[in-house]
Amino acid sequence: MTTLFTILFDGVAYGMLLFVLACGLAVTLGLMNFVNLAHGAFAMTGGYVCAVLVNNSGWPFFAALPLAFVASALIGAVLERSLYRHLYNRSHLDQVLFSVGLVFMSVAAVDYIMGSSRIFIKLPAALEGQIDFFGVGIGRYRLMIIVICGLLTAGLQLVLARTRFGSRLRAAVDDPRAASGLGINVPQVFAFTFAFGCGLAGLGGALSAEILGLDPYFPLKFMIYFLIVVTVGGSSSITGPFLASLLLGIGDVAGKYYVPKLGPFVIYTIMIVILIWRPNGLFGRAAAR
Amino acid sequence: MTAQTDVGYHALQHGRWRASEIAFWILALASAFLFPSRYLIMTDIVRLGLFALSLDLILGYAGIVSLGHAAFFGVGAYCAGLLALHGIVTEPVIALVVAGLVATAVGFLTSFLVIRGVDLTRLMVTLGIALLLEALAERFSNITGGTDGLQGIEMQPILGLFAFDMFGKVGFFYSLGVLFVLFLLARRVVYSPFGLSLRAIRNNPLRAAAIGIPVNRRLIAVYTLSAFYAGIAGALFTQTTALASLDVFSFERSADLMLVLVIGGTGYLYGGLIGAVVFKMLQEVFSTITPQYWQFWIGLVLVVIVLVGRARMHRWALWAPNLIIRQFGGRKAVVAVPESDPS
Repeated sequence: MTTLFTILFDGVAYGMLLFVLACGLAVTLGLMNFVNLAHGAFAMTGGYVCAVLVNNSGWPFFAALPLAFVASALIGAVLERSLYRHLYNRSHLDQVLFSVGLVFMSVAAVDYIMGSSRIFIKLPAALEGQIDFFGVGIGRYRLMIIVICGLLTAGLQLVLARTRFGSRLRAAVDDPRAASGLGINVPQVFAFTFAFGCGLAGLGGALSAEILGLDPYFPLKFMIYFLIVVTVGGSSSITGPFLASLLLGIGDVAGKYYVPKLGPFVIYTIMIVILIWRPNGLFGRAAAR
Repeated sequence: MTAQTDVGYHALQHGRWRASEIAFWILALASAFLFPSRYLIMTDIVRLGLFALSLDLILGYAGIVSLGHAAFFGVGAYCAGLLALHGIVTEPVIALVVAGLVATAVGFLTSFLVIRGVDLTRLMVTLGIALLLEALAERFSNITGGTDGLQGIEMQPILGLFAFDMFGKVGFFYSLGVLFVLFLLARRVVYSPFGLSLRAIRNNPLRAAAIGIPVNRRLIAVYTLSAFYAGIAGALFTQTTALASLDVFSFERSADLMLVLVIGGTGYLYGGLIGAVVFKMLQEVFSTITPQYWQFWIGLVLVVIVLVGRARMHRWALWAPNLIIRQFGGRKAVVAVPESDPS
C-alpha cells in the first residue's frame, strides 16, 4: 500500500513537472497551430543556465530558478520576433523542418559549450532526503516540485480566466482576424505568450535536471513526451494538458515500477490508441484554424 | 472522351524519358569508375537516395508528413540481418525482397493508423510507431542483440556469383542496380493514372474525393509501397555494412531523411537522389571541419532552407544548369522547379 502511494506521489510530481515543461507548447502547438519540436531546447537552456549559476557562480538554487525562467523567456522572445514569426502561416512540413534544425543546432551547441556528459545541479541540503508522512516516504525535492508547479498551474488558470490579458489571448486564439479587428495586437499577444511559454519550459528544465537528467540530448529525448502531453490533452484549455501530463507521469512511473521490461512501450501504445480514438485529444475540440 | 485522351496524351508526354535523365544515370554509373576509392560513401549515397525516394512517394506525391519513416528502414534492416544471421534465406537478392515484403506488411498494417486524422496526428502517430519499434527491438534483445546490434552477419555471394568484397565495389554496383530497378518502378507508378490521382489528393483531398478518387484506399496503397521501398533501403544497409543496430530506428535518421528530401526537392523522383548526393557531401565537409559537431551545421542548413523558402532555393540552384541546358536543348529541355507542397 505504501509503495502505491509513493508511486502515486512520484507520478504526480513527474506529471506536474511535465506540465510546466510542456504547457508553453500547448499554446504554440495547440492554440497557435505551430509545430514547434524545438520546445525542449528552451527547457534545456533553462536547465543549463541554472546549472552554471548554481555550480560555477555559487548562486543559491532558489535564486537561480527565476533566472532560468528569464533567460529562456528572453531567448524565446528574440527567436519568436526574428524567426518563428515568419513561419506561422507556412506548411507543417516547413515548421517541422525548421524546428528540427533548431534542435540539432541546440544539441550540438550545448555539447560544444558544456560537454556531452550529464550535468547535476547542486541542491541545498533542505531539499535532500525524505519526509516520513504516515509511513509513506515523500521526497522533499518532489514535494517542492509539486508545490511550485501546483502554484504555477493555479496562477496560469487564474491569468487565463480572470485577467484582461487572458481574455485577449483567448480571443486572439479563437479568431485572430476578429480579435485584431477589435484592436487587440495579436502578434504582440502571441509573442508574449510564446516567450512566457519558453520561460516556463526553462523553469521546468531547471527543476527537472534532478529527476529527468540534463544532457545535450534532452530536447530529443523528451520531445515525444511534450508532444504527447499536448496532443493527448487537447488544446481547449490548460486543464486538458494538465490532466494529460498527470496521467502520463503516473502511467510512466507506474509502468517503470510494475513492468520495467516493457519500458516506454506502454506509453507509446496508449498514445497511439488515444490518437486513433480521438484525433483531437482526450479533452480537445477541433483546432481553431 | 476528348478530355480523357487529352489527359492521357499529356501524361504520356510527361512520362517520356528526357535527355537529362539519361545523362543522370550515365553519370551515376560513371562515378563508379571515376572515384574507385570511394565505393563505401557512394554506396551510402545510393542507399540514402533509395530511402529518400521512398519518403518522396508519400511526402511529395501524397502529402503525408512522416516523422518516423525510419520504422520501415529498421524493419527491413533487422529482417535482412536476421535472415542472413540464421541462414534462413542466404541469397542476398531473395533476402532483400523478403525483407522488403515484411516492411510492406508492417506498412500496410500501420497505414490504417496514419490515414486517420490531420497533419499533426499523423506526425505523432508515425513518430510513435518508430519509437515503439525501437522500444520493441530493445526489449527483445535476445533476438535483435539489443544495444549491441546484430553481430557476425556474413553475406553470401549475390546470385551465388559475386561475393561482397572489402572495398565495397560489389556492394556499390549491387545497390545501384537495386536503386535503378526500383526507380524504374517508381517512375512507372508516379506517371500512371494512380500517380496522377495521388497528386490530386495531395493538392486537395476534398476535391479529389468529389471527383471519385477513393482517397483512403490510394493513401493506404502508396504508404504501403513506400514502406516496401524503405524496407529495401534498410535491407541494403544491413547487407552492405553487415550490421544492424538500434539506431536504424532513431529519430535522427527520420529527420535527416527529411532534410535529404528537402535539399533535393519534394514531388519529383530525382529530388531524393540529388538530395542524397548533396547531403552526404555536406556531411563530409562538415565532419572534416568539426568531427563532433557537424550536426550544428546540418541544423543550420535546415533552418536557412526553410527561412529562404524551398521553392526559391531550388530556383536559384537550377538557374545555372538551366541556362546551359537552354543553350543546347532549347526551352523544352529545361529542368523544372519541383512543385512545392500545399500549405
